[in-house]
Amino acid sequence: MKIAIASGKGGTGKTTLATNLASYLAETQKVVLSDLDVEEPNSGLFIKGNLIHKEDKYKMIPEWIEDKCTLCGICQKVCNFHAVIQLGPQILVFPELCHACFACSELCPTNALPMIPKKMGVLKHFQINNLSFVESRLDIGEEQAVPLISQTQKYIDEHFSEDVIKLFDAPPGTSCPVIEATKDADFVILITEPTPFGLHDMKLAVDTMKELKKDCAVVVNRFGIGNDDVLDYCEKENIPILAKIPNDRNVAELYSRGELVYQKIPEVKQQLENVKDYILKLEEGGRK
Amino acid sequence: MKIAFTTKGTEWDSMMDPRFGRTEFILIYDEEKDELTNFDNQAIEGEAHGAGPKTAQKLFELNPDVLITGNGPGGNAATVLEKAGMKIYIGAGDMSAKEAYNTFKNNKLKKF
Repeated sequence: MKIAIASGKGGTGKTTLATNLASYLAETQKVVLSDLDVEEPNSGLFIKGNLIHKEDKYKMIPEWIEDKCTLCGICQKVCNFHAVIQLGPQILVFPELCHACFACSELCPTNALPMIPKKMGVLKHFQINNLSFVESRLDIGEEQAVPLISQTQKYIDEHFSEDVIKLFDAPPGTSCPVIEATKDADFVILITEPTPFGLHDMKLAVDTMKELKKDCAVVVNRFGIGNDDVLDYCEKENIPILAKIPNDRNVAELYSRGELVYQKIPEVKQQLENVKDYILKLEEGGRK
Repeated sequence: MKIAFTTKGTEWDSMMDPRFGRTEFILIYDEEKDELTNFDNQAIEGEAHGAGPKTAQKLFELNPDVLITGNGPGGNAATVLEKAGMKIYIGAGDMSAKEAYNTFKNNKLKKF
């Protein structure tokens, strides 16, 4: 079972929920947590396991071979991202703009744009008892998160069996990296805070998940601040609310020290139990 | 000498567009012919990626000797313009095209 933890707004508690839920679930079963926010992964600050594997990740980009090129211009016409540009007698490639779609390379009549690997980031795999943690980190200067997110999910698929619960800590927002991080999920948990800003961005996230035809539910973080609008919205839209994590200064203090919260604050553990029950029910339903 | 301006309109009185890649128009003044022409670049608004290189490529085709703009091109666009050997002057983002031209003529614009 694959569960993505996403949010419209940033800073609402994706990592707090992902790391605490993963550790809590791992007390009784095998879990893999994957940080797919490859532009700034931070789950690793809270999960301290043993590094068992590390690999460089590459994306394929075209390289211009001048001798073979007839300057027909097909490559720049088919590139949707202006990553390949013809300037008079030469072709320029902008690797950071390239989405590795292979169009220019495949459609070049003289094979003057072969695809070559370019390093874009690093994947690390940690282990602590029942909990596996896989983190990918984009290299500085790289602009494309999607290829690395996709390859990280492929790594998860290849290294973990069906019965392992897979949690994805997604990037914030509703743009391409979020789509990539949630599109294979069986279920999406949206975490928000009960404020007008939190509600506004959660609606965008809900609309995105509807477009992707994903089942989703909501966890309210910092419950007790703001107003009831998030709760009212979820009720009206028939979106289950799995948990309400209380607004508590101690949560923030533990978080700022890089510690897990649920082991120290019983109310948080209780809320995680609600989420766990829901996940286990979903899993049973899936097996039937 | 041919001079290009990034602008929000097609006249001398039009305001400069401070952006390079997403400029609405490129205004070209040919000093020898005393002729003002323009290229409508507004379609760039629909491009999610690579606006800089795309506009730079257009400029490469228009082939002016000098480009006058506001904030200045980003890294990818600058790479393209460098290949074209174009002289770039910046800091004219708040002026009209005419003001930008006069300021350039008085050597008061900053070289990129």
